[in-house]
Amino acid sequence: MTSEKNKQLRLAFISVFCFGLPACENEFDHPISEINYHSGSTDLSTYISVGDSLTAGFADGALYRSGQESSFPAILAQQFSQVGGGEFIQPLTRDNLGGLLINGQTDYEHFPTRLVFNGTSQSPEPISGIPSTEVLSNTLTGYFNNMGVPGAKSFHLISPGYGNADGLALEKSNPYFVRFASSAEARIVDDAIAQQSSFFTLWIGNNDILSYATDGGTGVDQNKENNVDPETYASKDITHPALFQQTYQGLVSALLASGGKGVLINIPDISLIPYFTTVPYNPVPLDESTAGKLNAAYTDYNDVIQDALANNLITDKEASVRTIHFSAGQNAVVIKDEALTDFGAPLIRQTSSTDLLLLPVSSKIGTAKDNEPTQIWGLSLALDDADVLTPTEISTIETARSAYNNTIRQAAEADENLRLVDSEILLKNVQAGFSYGTGLVDAKYASGGAFSLDGIHLTARGNAIVANTIIAEINTGFGAKLPSVDPGAYTTIFIK
Amino acid sequence: MKKTLSVAACLFIASPSFAGAYRLALQGQKALGMGHTGVAITESAEVVFFNPAGMAFLSTDFNITGGTTLVSSETLYQSEASNTASKTDNPIGTPLNLYLTKKYNKQFSYGLGLYTPYGNAVEWEKNWPGSHLVNNIELKAIFIQPTISFQFNEQLSIGFGPTYVNGLVEFNRNLSTSLADSNGQRSNVTIEASNIDAWGYNAGLLAKPGEKITLGLSYRSKINLKAKNESADFRNVPTSMTTIFPDTSFSADLILPAELTLGLSYNFNDTTLAFDFNRTFWSEYENLNVSFNNSAGTSLNPRNYKDSNAWRFGIQHKINDWFIRGGLYLDKTPVKNGYYTPETARNDSLGLTAGASYEVSKKLELDFSFFYLHLDEFEGSYDFYEQSGTLTAFKGQYKTSAIGLGAGFNYKI
Repeated sequence: MTSEKNKQLRLAFISVFCFGLPACENEFDHPISEINYHSGSTDLSTYISVGDSLTAGFADGALYRSGQESSFPAILAQQFSQVGGGEFIQPLTRDNLGGLLINGQTDYEHFPTRLVFNGTSQSPEPISGIPSTEVLSNTLTGYFNNMGVPGAKSFHLISPGYGNADGLALEKSNPYFVRFASSAEARIVDDAIAQQSSFFTLWIGNNDILSYATDGGTGVDQNKENNVDPETYASKDITHPALFQQTYQGLVSALLASGGKGVLINIPDISLIPYFTTVPYNPVPLDESTAGKLNAAYTDYNDVIQDALANNLITDKEASVRTIHFSAGQNAVVIKDEALTDFGAPLIRQTSSTDLLLLPVSSKIGTAKDNEPTQIWGLSLALDDADVLTPTEISTIETARSAYNNTIRQAAEADENLRLVDSEILLKNVQAGFSYGTGLVDAKYASGGAFSLDGIHLTARGNAIVANTIIAEINTGFGAKLPSVDPGAYTTIFIK
Repeated sequence: MKKTLSVAACLFIASPSFAGAYRLALQGQKALGMGHTGVAITESAEVVFFNPAGMAFLSTDFNITGGTTLVSSETLYQSEASNTASKTDNPIGTPLNLYLTKKYNKQFSYGLGLYTPYGNAVEWEKNWPGSHLVNNIELKAIFIQPTISFQFNEQLSIGFGPTYVNGLVEFNRNLSTSLADSNGQRSNVTIEASNIDAWGYNAGLLAKPGEKITLGLSYRSKINLKAKNESADFRNVPTSMTTIFPDTSFSADLILPAELTLGLSYNFNDTTLAFDFNRTFWSEYENLNVSFNNSAGTSLNPRNYKDSNAWRFGIQHKINDWFIRGGLYLDKTPVKNGYYTPETARNDSLGLTAGASYEVSKKLELDFSFFYLHLDEFEGSYDFYEQSGTLTAFKGQYKTSAIGLGAGFNYKI
């Protein structure tokens, strides 16, 4: 019988035999559909989100339409709409492939299509197709509620010309912002405050350390250089915390100027992100005979290290760190480390549990360089500096991050119209396995459900959890009662 | 990235489960009118089901009775924490029964019962929040029970009938909380087994120590439906994983638990009072293990049910050509905290029943029944869903009710 008949029959039974008594109805005492939601002391009518790729809805290594539609600000706006929230306009891309066209040309190296997981090869690969989102000839008009720009660092939000097409060739501007900047010289923050937000979220500063981290720490730590002039920064550098502080405080007061409220989100620890945690420090299984051959190849090198120790050029500890040895079982890989004492010998050592091998290196380790069988990455040939974060580099990142987070916390505490969401606590929970009531996500690459296939950005489900965390903060901080979302209703990774 | 990710695929597939369906207490129109009591009532051929020993005490030589009930049930689910709600859209159930008895001589009677006590189906909205546990489940079984009864004297009889069971089960659920093909269609598996045979028995003892009092005892044995190499159909599996999860076969055991009933009835003037106590031995239902002949492997799904009791009370009164009946029962849930799966998300239930029979002639009666089953809303959680090697909970509020209307006939010579 069809459901309609079922319903009719049910109603007929109830009306005839229960005399229409409500006790016979199958309903909850307090149906969630009848909960009275309200926005408390906030006015959510004009919501502006400001930030980087995490705000934009970037995922799987690309900005694509369905990712944007489930960005955390888009999810928030959808919930806000139940308590007076207005329209939320995003600079949507044209397709679900991701990637960009610049003057009709593809650039798969910088703007690839989104990653999908190949279940047969058990690895991610870009989805096939030609991007249709043109940066130059098809710029968008009007203002956009979602001011998240992939790749933006803190100071980019206040950089004039960051949306100027003429700056693309010089890498002075950002194609994602070129698409929707209100004018060539408009700053991101200008376009944000022009909209007179009644409520905003600001999540910025991730890229101020992340571009350094994802490049294995090859960039410059401008903190150490004591350089606060962003004009002189290269893209892989760490932003000086003083520059971050000045920029951030300016951003916050500009965004508060329209008299609204806001939520600030701080910067998570990279050790909670699968891009840095998926490849173990000892990823290579070897048998006895292969290990022996490799050890033989390092005999001369190990002798040089012993000589250096005998001549007091290096300490006992460093000699031990620099001695290369393989054995049957799981083995650490050989890496370059410029922090080692330079006395002429190669600056190499094997990884330890305090090093972080980056996600892309998993497809490099164990392969031959230039098809040369004696040049095996990570074994007979040291991995590049860019393939790994050493403890020195990790602590450089942590120093900057903790300074940024101090700035963010102080900003939040300085104004009663601001609240702080601690992304570190959130991602720690995710790493431990976060149960959201109808299911679970964790931080495992591909299978965990929270992180997309680029290993850095969140899935739609991860964004839903971020949105719920922000909603919880608005509820407690601003006396609101906003409905959360079911993360289980949002997608995770896509499989070919 | 091959080496580091080689475990990823198996982590997507959490173990499919199948259902602990439960018997609908709808095996006779007269009994249903009186709260589904009947172990100590000897008025019609319904005794074949309720207590085979009662056949010997029927006052007429030949009895036949049959009927059906239209059952509409619905379960609501909601979770305030994740602001989500869903409900079932179950098809109308139509359990049938037909019983007949014949006296062979003064002491022996024989009879036959045909009944479908498991004719129920649960259908949640496709891809609802608990779709990784169940989308829909259907269990159907017909029981055929040839029965004999022997009367020792005016006070005592016994009865016994082997039951042949033929069942089918169909179950669908999503493979995980996220896996979908490239069009976003959720990957799911349907396991389907039909024409599964099993045997059990139904035995009873009846005593009439006085003119007005009847005592009854019956025992229905456990029935183990064994599905062996039946079909498992994997749908919407991503193209790159179809070689890992091809359609395959599965094997599983589904236990229908044993049940013991004790009861008494008391007759005075034109009134009958009846009281039954049921104990269902659900504790045998510890796990549901389904083994697939592909990479999905064997899935272990803990159920850990406990034995459960039901108390039933009924009353009947005769006025002219009519019998008027009423009853109520309290049926305790066999599900322990932490084991509420949405295919059997049942709390303790309170049943209210009513019924009537009209005597068309001395030989023929028409029977009618009505029941309403109320289950209080409750917070339920299933804590044993394994995802990426971690047990995770599916929780929320549930509210269930069922309502039914039945009709039948009773003919005796």
